[in-house]
Amino acid sequence: MIGAIIALIGSIFLLLGALGLLRMPDVYNRMQAGTKSTTLGSMLFLIGAALYISKGQIWSRVILLILFIVFTNPISSHALARAAHKIKIPMAEETVKDDLTEDE
Amino acid sequence: MKNFKHSIILFIILMVIWILLTSWETQELIAGLITSFLIAILTYRLEPVLAAINLTPKALLYSIAYIFVFAKELILSNLDVARRVLTPSLPLKPGIVKVNTKLKSKIGKLVLANSITLTPGTLTAEVKNGNLYIHWIDIKEEDVAGATQEIVAKFEKYLEVIFG
Amino acid sequence: MANTIYNLAGIIALLALLLAFVRMLKGPSAVDRIVALDSMTIIAVSVIVFLSLRLGRIIYLDVALVYALISFIGVIVIARYFERGL
Repeated sequence: MIGAIIALIGSIFLLLGALGLLRMPDVYNRMQAGTKSTTLGSMLFLIGAALYISKGQIWSRVILLILFIVFTNPISSHALARAAHKIKIPMAEETVKDDLTEDE
Repeated sequence: MKNFKHSIILFIILMVIWILLTSWETQELIAGLITSFLIAILTYRLEPVLAAINLTPKALLYSIAYIFVFAKELILSNLDVARRVLTPSLPLKPGIVKVNTKLKSKIGKLVLANSITLTPGTLTAEVKNGNLYIHWIDIKEEDVAGATQEIVAKFEKYLEVIFG
Repeated sequence: MANTIYNLAGIIALLALLLAFVRMLKGPSAVDRIVALDSMTIIAVSVIVFLSLRLGRIIYLDVALVYALISFIGVIVIARYFERGL
């Protein structure tokens, strides 16, 4: 029961992240929504699913997967943000400041 | 000396991953020991990235505290994303700000950049020398010192102890 | 009761997958598509684990692990390619 509720909360975060991916105006803001909520959302979703059959063998793999996601998800979004800025993908109209372009 | 410390830490990490992936049986453990040992020896001459991790009791204590700080920020940032996405007018004031960090080691900067990406409204876009360029979804401080105080300071005081 | 909530969670996750896919189709730039693909991979990994546990096929947990690993390397390589070519 607890596992089901945790999984439900996780899936709602996943949905909100995907919604942010659709609604945000430019690629950097989309990345923000995408990275943050998929990280916590998948963490909760995996924990909730693992609580369905609690066995040592399952928990070890799920913990490994969660650690892997927490470490690599920000790295890949960092690499993509850097690439997007290098190939000069325009930022949204609301943008007020860009130190990185000024410094180059 | 640094290379030696790096290899030891790498060996421990690989062994933990091996144990999580396989089961706790003698044969599996022996195979894991041999594999991890070989990898640790073969990468001995590479850059000792992991040697910057402090292994003192104080650093260990700070890393446990850091996990809690990080978890709190992660939950807050998700609630922040949820609030922004669900507001019909989409409140945004995005831009890229420059902050600087006192951390010297590569792994320290990596953990800092990762943590910043998962805190409310910020995303690391570039790391250059001692500066981090951060895409901020809702800019509150425009100058370098103010932004550093707002974004970096809460993590840096822990990371300074953990990664000397 | 618990089963119903589990099923609901699975359906919502699939809906999230669909929304990310819409962003991948719309673009407009290549980086947008890769960002959407990256999010889709993480959601798909979660769904694989969820299904493997719900259907009692524990062997598929390893599929999720390997998929997460390969997609991370893939995204890094693509980002490098955008920056300066292979």
